[in-house]
Amino acid sequence: MKVELTVNGKEFTADVEDRTLLVHLLRDAANLTATNIGCETTSCGACTVLLDGESVKSCTVLAAQADGREVTTLEGLAGDDGEMHPVQRAFHQEHGLQCGYCTPGMVMAIVSLLQENPSPSEADVRQGLEGNICRCTGYHNIVRAALSAAAATKGAGK
Amino acid sequence: MSILGTRVIRTEDPRLLTAGGVYVDDLREPELAGAVRATFVRATVAHAKITGIDASAALEQPGVVAVLTAADMTDIPAPPPAEEPAADAPPPEVPMPMGGKWSEPLLATDTVRFVGEPVAIVLTDSTYQGEDAAELVSVDYDVLPAVASIDDALRDESILFPAAGTNVAVRGGRDTSDDSVFDGLDVVVEGDIVNQRVAALPMEGRATAAAWRDGKLTVWTSTQNAQISRLILTSLGLSPEQIRVVAPDVGGGFGAKIGVDRDSIVVAWAARHTGRPVRWTETRYENLTAMTQGRAQVHHIKIGGTRDGHIRAYRLEIVQDTGAYPRMGGFLPSLTCLMAPGVYDIPHVQADYTVVVTNAAPIAAYRGAGRPEAAATIERAVDWFAAAAGLDPVDVRKLNFIKKEQFPFVTKTGAPYDTGDYEAALDKVLAQADYARLRAEQRKRREHGDVRQLGIGISSYVEITAADATAGETARIDVHDDGTATVYTGSSAHGQGHHTAFAMLVTDELGIPMDKVEVVHGDTDLIPDGVGTYGSRSLQLGGSAVHKAAIEVKDEAAKRAASLFEARKADVVLDKATGAWHIAGDPDKSLTWAQIANAADGKTLTANVRFTGDRPTFPFGSQLSLAEVDTETGKVTLLRHVTADDAGPVLNPVLLEGQRHGGIAQGAAQALVEEILYDPDGNPLTSTLADYGAITATELPSFELLTSETGTDLNPLGVKGIGEAGTIGATPAVQNAVIDALAHLGVRHVDMPTTPERVWTAINEAALRAAREANAK
Amino acid sequence: MIPPSFTYQRASSVDEALALAAEHGEDAKYLAGGHSLLPLMKLRFAAPAVLIDLGRLAELSYIRDEGTYVAIGALTRHHDIATSELLETEIPLLAHTAGAVGDPQVRHRGTIGGSAAHGDSASDLPAALLALDVTFVIRGVGRTRNVPAAEFFQGIFETALEPGELLTEIRVPKPASPKAWSFQKFTKRAIDWAIVGVAVQGGKVALINVATVPLRATATERALAAGASAAEAAARAAEGTSAGSDIHASKEFREHLTRVLVRRALEEAATRQ
Repeated sequence: MKVELTVNGKEFTADVEDRTLLVHLLRDAANLTATNIGCETTSCGACTVLLDGESVKSCTVLAAQADGREVTTLEGLAGDDGEMHPVQRAFHQEHGLQCGYCTPGMVMAIVSLLQENPSPSEADVRQGLEGNICRCTGYHNIVRAALSAAAATKGAGK
Repeated sequence: MSILGTRVIRTEDPRLLTAGGVYVDDLREPELAGAVRATFVRATVAHAKITGIDASAALEQPGVVAVLTAADMTDIPAPPPAEEPAADAPPPEVPMPMGGKWSEPLLATDTVRFVGEPVAIVLTDSTYQGEDAAELVSVDYDVLPAVASIDDALRDESILFPAAGTNVAVRGGRDTSDDSVFDGLDVVVEGDIVNQRVAALPMEGRATAAAWRDGKLTVWTSTQNAQISRLILTSLGLSPEQIRVVAPDVGGGFGAKIGVDRDSIVVAWAARHTGRPVRWTETRYENLTAMTQGRAQVHHIKIGGTRDGHIRAYRLEIVQDTGAYPRMGGFLPSLTCLMAPGVYDIPHVQADYTVVVTNAAPIAAYRGAGRPEAAATIERAVDWFAAAAGLDPVDVRKLNFIKKEQFPFVTKTGAPYDTGDYEAALDKVLAQADYARLRAEQRKRREHGDVRQLGIGISSYVEITAADATAGETARIDVHDDGTATVYTGSSAHGQGHHTAFAMLVTDELGIPMDKVEVVHGDTDLIPDGVGTYGSRSLQLGGSAVHKAAIEVKDEAAKRAASLFEARKADVVLDKATGAWHIAGDPDKSLTWAQIANAADGKTLTANVRFTGDRPTFPFGSQLSLAEVDTETGKVTLLRHVTADDAGPVLNPVLLEGQRHGGIAQGAAQALVEEILYDPDGNPLTSTLADYGAITATELPSFELLTSETGTDLNPLGVKGIGEAGTIGATPAVQNAVIDALAHLGVRHVDMPTTPERVWTAINEAALRAAREANAK
Repeated sequence: MIPPSFTYQRASSVDEALALAAEHGEDAKYLAGGHSLLPLMKLRFAAPAVLIDLGRLAELSYIRDEGTYVAIGALTRHHDIATSELLETEIPLLAHTAGAVGDPQVRHRGTIGGSAAHGDSASDLPAALLALDVTFVIRGVGRTRNVPAAEFFQGIFETALEPGELLTEIRVPKPASPKAWSFQKFTKRAIDWAIVGVAVQGGKVALINVATVPLRATATERALAAGASAAEAAARAAEGTSAGSDIHASKEFREHLTRVLVRRALEEAATRQ
């Protein structure tokens, strides 16, 4: 079947099997490999992208379900001028990543979290990330990055 | 001012954060164009003879290129006949697969010994076709009784390796039969402690891609050491020169990606065998059933001492479940024995081990690799001893610590501790936690009979890093004629931030700015010789190698500069702040690195070194965990976790903190929620992330990290390794906290993970004991 | 990891969905948010030949104040229920329970109808749906019928839905004392399925994962109605349950937790009023 969607602001069309998962459409058909796969049980969140602006686990969405919709991946987060999104910047400043494998999903989950809750408490952030597993960082700096990005965004009057 | 010791955020990050890392499955190398996808057919029973494999239905599926089994592996030379070890030979104590009677095939031949063992490999045009086809490969099994536990193994009724005649693979350690060391001691406690099997669980599982072209095999694989992987791959009947191994970005390893394991070797073989490039990325199910796992020791301990708290004797008897194949020999429990007494000066220490095979995933290194088991148990034992003696566990620790003045100190198990200040680390942590106030709050809650009780868990630990210091590490530095530098390291980062750390070392020594220093690792074409990253060795060995290479390059540059200045070498100086070379006292006439390199042979200044250490280093620390236990439900909440982890001078606090955080989380996870389980038939029960309790952000607090820097003189940087210390210290602190919360209820021990049901059961059993004792009066 | 092959059909109306289901019979399953069905298919525990995607049926996503009850379209997402001001005011038990399902990503996709129709006795929402005594509006070809919550959940992955029928709306009566609610979900980790879960609304108590279906703690409710204290009533909470033992908890521990959590839920609901 044919699916047509907007990926990172650009139109994208592909002819895929009906059973194609969105994450495979992104990684293989669209060659956007930042989004990673970490499990088969919708547990780990490594595959998190934005679907119409909201975080979803792209391994549990069919490409067909994203037809006609807007998807944003990590690769589409920075500005057109290459300027990092506040969450990306905060991850860099706060050492919020080590091996980087969970990071794209973690960043997208936090982007969505902050959109819905621009001034989260630490507990809000930790609960908001219960669907994103990291094995390297112990989450400490990821939480700091989220809170720092929230403060920076608030400070910028957004 | 030196850059060393300052907070430097990572040079690795901009790429990872914008484009994402390039892990094996992300590779788009031209050599992999047209690659087939590999899907393994794996054993679905834990112990069985294979009586037939029928691939006919699979071969009819669209896109199936081949279905290969052990029978197809006629193009691999047979391994050399295993030498029978002499009857009195000491047990193998290096991490090596035990061959001969215990040998492990690539694809299963006539027997499967664990669920998940690879039996066949299906090659298809696409990944989606792979799972469809693999389902249709039919394997016939004659099921054998499963050895699903250590108890099963020791009974020696169902034998995994009939040629061996027993499930006991190896024994070692010191004699533990002399009970006289406990004679006359006022306080003696004995008991059993389980250090449960856990999964290594890197977020990126195993992944390998391979291509055979023009007589050369290129293998891209998610590994902690490309060079060692290359040596292992020579078992395919190739020379090292015929093999190139590349480690792209690696999504975590934790010890389980040291080298390459059999599945990856099969993928590489399949590429050569078919002439097509092959790609394999494991699923999480495969990762949780067939990747090597960690820990899995059962301990019987006896600890005794005087009434005033001096520990005089400690015995540790270990049974190591090594899973279906003894890949590490006795290596892991031999380290446990070595580190058995921990931070304590105990006059009599006995420690031995028995390694048994079971029908479970093979055990190998996992963050700490043998040392967490030692620390977790001695810290329980000391708490038991303190409780039995009616003394505060902090006081007992301080009384028995190896004192600062006693270093260097060789333990009764032969571990040569270099430096340490155990009491200072403990005091730091107690002060930060406000220990007296916590005990007061605990007392208050106990008096009120609160449902939610507080537990304070202490651990003091020491660990061995760079255990293979004599293997050393390699480094090469090239300074180019444009003033940039390239560092080639044998270390192999998979999240540790070596590129930043090693660039800092170069900047510090050579005055070349960080943004002009590139660090390269993990490609055997570029770095043929190297050891790799594991065992917390990279900064002290890899960093020291970079440091040594920098010194040599600097010396080379000084000679060139002197020649260009027509001066004596002794009069030439490098201004590290500007990276400019000039004659002492005459700063206006200077040369840049670029200019000096331009004058060198090949327009490059280069140094290529190996740094070897004489012996390992011993980082140490204390950790305090504050837990709240709901005594009605058994639920444990971690409220605070305070640590002082000391690995010597801190090169980059940012990187150090990250390693400690990650280590603490994995250590706490073992204490609280993680456990690999099998049913009595050897079927895995925790084979998905829905069932295996990987810890999330919700279960953890933010951590309180204190600085402690006790250096060593065993390497020029004075550093020890921090990578595993956090884990080693955290597990006992958390476990002790949970038990401490229940101590007033008569609970003496709760095995890990301290699940709500285990806690609830412990409370009930203690209550029953108390009632019986009351009735008996 | 990869679902078995299937044919994807997209419904553009409820009638079309019903017609497609009738055409394909047993071979077809409805797809809503996909967060109950797709995980099963990825593990190859379910292999429908046809998926009928309801995801574009915007007309089935709504939260409407109908006076004595709130009507919620079956395709309303957990996220929208959790953040609905109307529900936070009038039926906070439902808003809160929807906010406890899975994680934020799951809540952006999963729907109340999909969750209920899936019939997993460990799901969170059915506890609230039972305690709130909701009514399920079910459409079939040429007919509509209403099924009360007490009759809807019939077995493991079995509900009152007949083959081809489509759940279109859930009618949630507004409780007399909206604030007298509590939802207690016991897990080892926040992300886990409930080992045991309890929803309380006034004098109604519903339990999840202590039987093959979510069920009401009728012995406890009778005791409360007869004037028992929370503690006394909760002591009977495990009666009528048939909790199982698995790697997460034994039957005995589940029964114990049931009693403890029911007591806590009743106490919490009382303090909220």
